[in-house]
Amino acid sequence: MTEELDLPGQDSDAGSEEVVLTPAELIDRLEQAWMNEKFAPELLENKSEIVECVMEQLQHMEENLRRAKKGDLKVSIHQMEMERIRFVLSSYLRCRLTKIEKFFPHVLEKEKTRREGEPSCLSPEECAFAREYMANTETYLKNVALKHMPPNLQKVDLLRAVPKPDLDSYVFLRVKERQENILVEPETDEQRDYVIDLEEGSQHLIRYKTIAPLVASGAVQLI
Amino acid sequence: MFCERAMELVRELHRAAEGRLPAFNEDGLRQVLEEMKALYEQNQSDVNEAKSGGRSDLIPTIKFRHCSLLRNQRCTVAYLYDRLLRIRALRWECGSVLPSALRFHMSAEEMEWFNHYKKSLATYMRSLGGHEGLDITQDMKPPKNLYIEVRCLKDYGEFEVDDGTSVLLKKNSQHLLPRWKCEQLIRQGILEHVLS
Repeated sequence: MTEELDLPGQDSDAGSEEVVLTPAELIDRLEQAWMNEKFAPELLENKSEIVECVMEQLQHMEENLRRAKKGDLKVSIHQMEMERIRFVLSSYLRCRLTKIEKFFPHVLEKEKTRREGEPSCLSPEECAFAREYMANTETYLKNVALKHMPPNLQKVDLLRAVPKPDLDSYVFLRVKERQENILVEPETDEQRDYVIDLEEGSQHLIRYKTIAPLVASGAVQLI
Repeated sequence: MFCERAMELVRELHRAAEGRLPAFNEDGLRQVLEEMKALYEQNQSDVNEAKSGGRSDLIPTIKFRHCSLLRNQRCTVAYLYDRLLRIRALRWECGSVLPSALRFHMSAEEMEWFNHYKKSLATYMRSLGGHEGLDITQDMKPPKNLYIEVRCLKDYGEFEVDDGTSVLLKKNSQHLLPRWKCEQLIRQGILEHVLS
């Protein structure tokens, strides 16, 4: 369907590699990022290249629709597709903002202690939003209550007060690339740790912490 | 017993139904802060006694007051922060203009927090993509139909649809309108989605 709209392939602006995706592949990537973000307990690596490309795509589609004949059946169908894409994109970004707000001190701490070259979880705009959220909340708490409290109680350690994401929560996943020798740590003292292999195409219910790096690398897909 | 007022603040929010924002309990907060001041001053004088007068028997009482102070601080911050979360949810449900009934329940500082939050969110949304950004407070539900049947619950007036034509939204009139245009009005209670 999208071939009829004559859209060009998208280039990633990351600089280091030129990746040309067809529109269908781009939407696939968006849906994968969306599902991973929905089911992961922590904030995942930001995919702003995908977000930018999808928005450009929506722009193209809107322009094409404006030029098309009114009442054409194609118009309704493409409009529907646009709405679906817009929903997935909005939902993805909302999910990220919710996590940023929920874990704001930890997200900012992680960003602060990030090493050079390590990819960031936050886009620059998300980082600005997180900083503003923290400053806004800290200022509010200080002015309304903390500065009226005894001298030794005027600070609240937000890193301790705000709960961290529960990395031990269980997630469903489907394996995209075969993995060998994944170490599963014991939950209780009676258990011992053991090693499993993940076959391509298999589905598992497993603790997020065990497979977190595999989500980041794209070897598994959360479902 | 100490910390009773602080516990009352927490219980007040716990009792309020999901998302509802009761009036800001200024009196309650003030009383907690006063109790904290009294506890602290009592502790200060006892600490001096304990140090200079050798009254180490005062130490358990000092520790006990300190625990009460910490508990008061924790309950107060929990009360204030939980209210902020409810206010934050209002931005996503009601849009950037809050109904006056709710504004009545907010303190001036909470209103300020809300305004900062709104602005921050708007800046973020405008930065998305290359052009005018993306309003992610829309499209909250997966789209099922392009057009939906809606009934007007209150008189709203002229409402412009995509291709330039406008529709008169009078109470009890029914229309077939593009779904995404109606979302905001449905949330505000002006339109009602008619499910046949």
